[in-house]
Amino acid sequence: MLVAEDIRVVLGKAAVLHGITAEAHAGEVTVIVGPNGSGKTTLLRALTGDVGFRGRVRLNGRDCSELQAWELAALRGVLPQASALAFPFTVAEVVRLGLTAAVHADRGDLVARALAAVDMLGFAARLYQELSGGQQARVQLARVLVQVWEPVVDGVPRWLFLDEPVASLDIAHQLDVIGLMRGFAERGGGVVSVLHDLNLTAMVADRVWLMDQGRLTGQGSVTQVLTDEALERAYGCRLRVGCLPPAGGWFALPQAVGGQGT
Amino acid sequence: MVALDCPRLEGGRDHQARLTCCALAVALAVTMLMSLSHGASGVSLWSLTLGDAMPARDRLILWEIRLPRMLTGILVGASLAMAGAVMQGLFRNPLADPGLVGVGAGAGLGAVLAIVLGGMAPLWLGAALGYHLVPVAAFLGGWLSTLLLYRVATRSGRTSVATMLLAGIALGALAGAVTGVLVYIADDRQLRDLTFWGLGSLGGASWPKLMAAGPVMILALVAAPFLARGLNGLALGEAAAHHIGLPVQRVKTVAILTVAAATGAAVAVAGGIGFIGIVVPHLLRLATGPDHRFLLINAGLAGAILLLLADLIARSIIAPAELPIGIVTATLGAPVFLWILLRRRGVVDL
Ligand SMILES: Nc1ncnc2c1ncn2[C@@H]1O[C@H](COP(=O)(O)OP(=O)(O)OP(=O)(O)O)[C@@H](O)[C@H]1O
Ligand SMILES: [Mg+2]
Repeated sequence: MLVAEDIRVVLGKAAVLHGITAEAHAGEVTVIVGPNGSGKTTLLRALTGDVGFRGRVRLNGRDCSELQAWELAALRGVLPQASALAFPFTVAEVVRLGLTAAVHADRGDLVARALAAVDMLGFAARLYQELSGGQQARVQLARVLVQVWEPVVDGVPRWLFLDEPVASLDIAHQLDVIGLMRGFAERGGGVVSVLHDLNLTAMVADRVWLMDQGRLTGQGSVTQVLTDEALERAYGCRLRVGCLPPAGGWFALPQAVGGQGT
Repeated sequence: MVALDCPRLEGGRDHQARLTCCALAVALAVTMLMSLSHGASGVSLWSLTLGDAMPARDRLILWEIRLPRMLTGILVGASLAMAGAVMQGLFRNPLADPGLVGVGAGAGLGAVLAIVLGGMAPLWLGAALGYHLVPVAAFLGGWLSTLLLYRVATRSGRTSVATMLLAGIALGALAGAVTGVLVYIADDRQLRDLTFWGLGSLGGASWPKLMAAGPVMILALVAAPFLARGLNGLALGEAAAHHIGLPVQRVKTVAILTVAAATGAAVAVAGGIGFIGIVVPHLLRLATGPDHRFLLINAGLAGAILLLLADLIARSIIAPAELPIGIVTATLGAPVFLWILLRRRGVVDL
């Protein structure tokens, strides 16, 4: 279980997070949604210790601030919103970096399996810097995946923290990644991910955290949190949510174009 | 999940890098023999095979002049190239050079101070250090400037690499200005010393100097390869390096100390020798990729080879006189470097 207790972050002179208390469970996909600048990335960075914060983060019952880098690395993989790479490594070499602290055996074909999972196996020998933006994003995801390939080790769940993992992907690969998130959770791991697409969120999320201006304004299942009123309040535009008749798939439909209209 | 039976994975360059390492080791051995058997005094490699029958004069030349010179060349070349590779990994920038972090500037300032003001040193100091005064001053200068920069760039246990780079540039400019003043007040003989020291030379190599600076360089050369995994991880950025489980702050601290030790000691015995630290790692990255597990060791080997070759050229091209070795490395290194840059930008398509 992931527990965040009263997380407060100040960046520069501005308070960016005003006391976030939330929890996420292993075996579930938790999705953080909210408008640009609402503090999703900052919250994720606080949860992973990348930004100084007041409050406390517990992962599997242990206070994160008391764990060493290698202990945390064995427990969770983290995909940042943007990634850079300094030298001309090949795709395979980049993904192999994810095994730096790997405690588990069977390293042999993990890199290949992770690359296959993000549909990048054919690019293993290519230079990372010569890939397209979406391809680079998929390689970075593979690097994070190899790190926590087994969702549960010795009965202890492992975690994926993903900041907009599908932002630059085409629709097919978005669905692939959504599938990977689901699969990881169904096999016992925990996933906490920022997503912008509400419809993808509805497909994958067991639990949603709705962020608005540095506050958590909703926490619960998709239908509990993502209501017409809550979305209009957060995003300032009119959306209709509903369920498609046959399978009951949840959807959110924009009601107008542009901020000034209607 | 997607198909799990996978073909052999392409994209690793380990094999290539290992082969390169072996080839470089062989090349170094050959270069060492060449370095031992060439020189102003015509003692040839053949006399080595004579064993006890070797004339005493030849043995003296080999043992007292060429051998320490060769060993110094190996250590200096390896130190400069490896320090360059570590620095570039740390700053995540293929153009970073120990000169940039102020090690070079600090060491240079130390040497210049010793050359120009050395005469004013207290008698006991002069007596204790003798002709070691310049190298010791260079080493101290390099270390002190590194420590200063490190302090400036470290806030509550975290070192900002960007701050250190910028502060290094500022310190370099300051050291340059002070050096300028000292050059202004130096007399003719000191000016000549300054020029030669600034251009670098292995001409002053001797057993006592090697004994003093050698262990520092060896220590740095042994420590550097342990940084390989850390530097590989840092290529992803510091946050990601932390998340894959690396002790980022420790890697940075050890890297900075290693660079300071290697560069300080190398500059102390051989003066300012440029381009090895940038050109060697760059060429190796093009050949076998940026994986530091191989890059650091290969850079050490290639740096040693390059410096021995440059030294061979420096002492044979206008024999029996000698060119400063820095002139050779710059004339060879600068065009190669420019060519690489042009080629990489696609301006020259070769
Ligand atoms: N380094 C910083 N210094 C000061 N303020 C910052 C800094 N980084 C982010 N902020 C501010 O903090 C707020 C939250 O930013 P954050 O990156 O968490 O938003 P986000 O919800 O991830 O947005 P997006 O959807 O655009 O990714 C924003 O108002 C932003 O301007
Ligand atoms: Mg964000």
